[in-house]
Amino acid sequence: MTHAQPLLSRVADAVYWMARYIERAENVARFLDVNHNLMLDLPKAYTGQWQPVIDTTGDSALFRQRYGEATQQNVLQFLAFDPGYPNSIYSCIRFARENARSVRETISSEMWQQINNLYLLITEESRRETPASLPAFCHAVRMACHLFAGILDVTMSHNEAWHFIRVGTLLERADKTSRILDVKYFILLPSVHDVGTPYDDVQWAAVLKSVSGFEMYRKRFGRIAPERIVEFLLLDGEFPRAIRYCISRADRSLRAITGAPAGTFSCASEQRLGLLRGELDFARVEPILTAGLHEFCDALQTKMNTIDEYVLNDFFAQQPAARS
Amino acid sequence: MFFSSYQTEGFFDEMFEAGGGVRPHAQLVLETINSLDGGQLLRHKHAAERLLLQLGITFNVYGDNQGTERIFPFDLIPRIVPAAEWGYIERGLKQRIHALNCFIDDIYHDQKIVKDGAIPADIITSAASYRKQCHGLTPPFGVWCHITGTDLVRDRDGQYYVLEDNLRVPSGVSYVLENREVLKRIFPRVFEGLAVRPVNEYTSRLLEMLESLAPNPRGKPQVVVLTPGIYNSAYFEHSFLAQQMGVQLVEGRDLVVAGGDVFMRTTKGPQRVDVIYRRVDDDFLDPEAFRPDSLLGVPGLMSAYRAGRVALANAPGNGIADDKVIYAYVPEMIRYYEREEPILPNVPTYLCWRDADRSHVLANLDKLVVKSANESGGYGMLVGPHSTAAQRAEFAAKIAAEPRNFIAQPTLALSRVPTIVDDHFEGRHVDLRPYVLCGKEIYVLPGGLTRVAMRKGSLVVNSSQGGGSKDTWVLAHDPAPHAGQEQ
Repeated sequence: MTHAQPLLSRVADAVYWMARYIERAENVARFLDVNHNLMLDLPKAYTGQWQPVIDTTGDSALFRQRYGEATQQNVLQFLAFDPGYPNSIYSCIRFARENARSVRETISSEMWQQINNLYLLITEESRRETPASLPAFCHAVRMACHLFAGILDVTMSHNEAWHFIRVGTLLERADKTSRILDVKYFILLPSVHDVGTPYDDVQWAAVLKSVSGFEMYRKRFGRIAPERIVEFLLLDGEFPRAIRYCISRADRSLRAITGAPAGTFSCASEQRLGLLRGELDFARVEPILTAGLHEFCDALQTKMNTIDEYVLNDFFAQQPAARS
Repeated sequence: MFFSSYQTEGFFDEMFEAGGGVRPHAQLVLETINSLDGGQLLRHKHAAERLLLQLGITFNVYGDNQGTERIFPFDLIPRIVPAAEWGYIERGLKQRIHALNCFIDDIYHDQKIVKDGAIPADIITSAASYRKQCHGLTPPFGVWCHITGTDLVRDRDGQYYVLEDNLRVPSGVSYVLENREVLKRIFPRVFEGLAVRPVNEYTSRLLEMLESLAPNPRGKPQVVVLTPGIYNSAYFEHSFLAQQMGVQLVEGRDLVVAGGDVFMRTTKGPQRVDVIYRRVDDDFLDPEAFRPDSLLGVPGLMSAYRAGRVALANAPGNGIADDKVIYAYVPEMIRYYEREEPILPNVPTYLCWRDADRSHVLANLDKLVVKSANESGGYGMLVGPHSTAAQRAEFAAKIAAEPRNFIAQPTLALSRVPTIVDDHFEGRHVDLRPYVLCGKEIYVLPGGLTRVAMRKGSLVVNSSQGGGSKDTWVLAHDPAPHAGQEQ
């Protein structure tokens, strides 16, 4: 990138957060959709399992304080449209648009229009307390986010700003995959009495569907088996929502930004990301499960948070328009 | 059918002659509109509005909740300016802008025009927009107004007048470019049939002009657009222009002055900046030079500018000629610097600091438009014929207290253009803001922003006061009038 235009720190920060918010909105929409779909398959005794969806956000305390019980109605209101909750789909899209608006000259017009369309869609929908049709709403949000990803890829030069968008997207995605794995593994593993029942398979399949990974998992491993699912979501190098894939691509983008060759580092964020990448590249799933998946996921999230902080220190001097 | 009950009501109508016949240059547009049915027309109107909303072509409303965005109301029917008429406007604007630049340069140097008695000295020093910090500065080419958006109006007889010069940070050109895109999508056939001059070279011309200002470029000059930020009412335009020129859009906090140069903070450290197209008022440019309480500014920017390390467009201090009292002397400036008679006349203006003028103004408040000397955007204004007794009393008191601060002009019967009102057309008053770029040469964008007062009878076209806009078509050549066209 020798003749590249310089990139303002404020702009880099804003595109990074724009990307994280879009990815976050898409993940929340998918979690809601999959959980709703799962409820329809399970016997009545299982229904009402909305608390785990809240747990994956890491904001259970806030939810309890504002809404109390995790009923379907409460969870939908909280995660879809609550303007006072910074990680609701509505808030994420509003923040993504706010950030995009502050960098309209950097991103392509098509990207801006797509974020703006998504914003107009959600503002329209959010006039109700909860979506009129949850599946239709989640589908619309997910497709709009996918369309944005496609537009991003084909309309914007793969320049420095684009790589910051990638880093933001991938770190957010890895974080979300680790959370769903952490929460679901906990819930599903103790239910030994379900082993061998159709519901066990249905629930594990739902975990995969939460990250759009069911079909790709089938091709890779075939039968539903908890350890293989963990391996797939943590350590797969080809599935785009697997944590290892996300980390290795984020590492690649960060190197494109700094120009540092593989095997070296030029700043703290790059060093930490390289370390994590190496750890995942050479990990096996069995020792992770033996030592405890929850502990592993916890440590992983801490490491990713540290990387996020170092990216901020290394590249973004200042605050973007909106962030949480 | 749409026009069956259309009345020009004694106003100058841009589309119809006084007798009701269509003007030759508007014939094709009229035919196109008449070929639509009512449903189609409204569908086009909604399509245009939806397009503007989706494109995010919005402005922020001050005094509303922070962040409230609205689309600038857009009317589908263009205002058409025949080629010959445009030639006249263009000549008049070039003459005027040239004289204004000479004037500002003179005022910040020897003040010859004052010494020669063509303009009284005390109206200069008493102008709120006079910046003593700019004295002795010589910007490149002696140009102080690089981008101007002159407001023109037409009176009952169709004569064009200059209403305001808008030299400081004129906005609206992005609407000119976007309105055209919208109309091309909606009426492609009309464009095929009429030779409408394109407007899309504006941003290339703007970039070229800005680059030419670079004081001592090393390689390709680094141009940036400086915006107050996303909550500014014209933020869309700032980002649009930066995007179209392919330059950085910066806020004050992105810039830093070090070792006498201006730098922007980037992910790879500081990068030098050569030219700043600033969309920030003088007062908020540099807290060290102007308002110390400003958080938007860049400390040290004016020293860098004064030392010739960075160019600023428009040049700080040029607002002196935007003062409405000084406006009244522009014809004198043209005679003084150009040794010519003004091509485009001013609106006759009463200056309240003159005793005779003030008595006349106070006695005729119900007929005149009173403006404060240093406001813009339709603020601080009294439209006499539409005012209440209480409002007139309020202005009378203000004028008596600060006569230097007020001017008055006759209420012009602004020209009108047919505008969609529900399912038919009515005449609505318009003005015209052409955009002029001035570097080594003067360039007038063939087109401009036609602002329209959407409320019936209203003469206030400002977007902040409920105005909308229309596309402005300048014809490359005028159609020959058809024989027997008028009955």
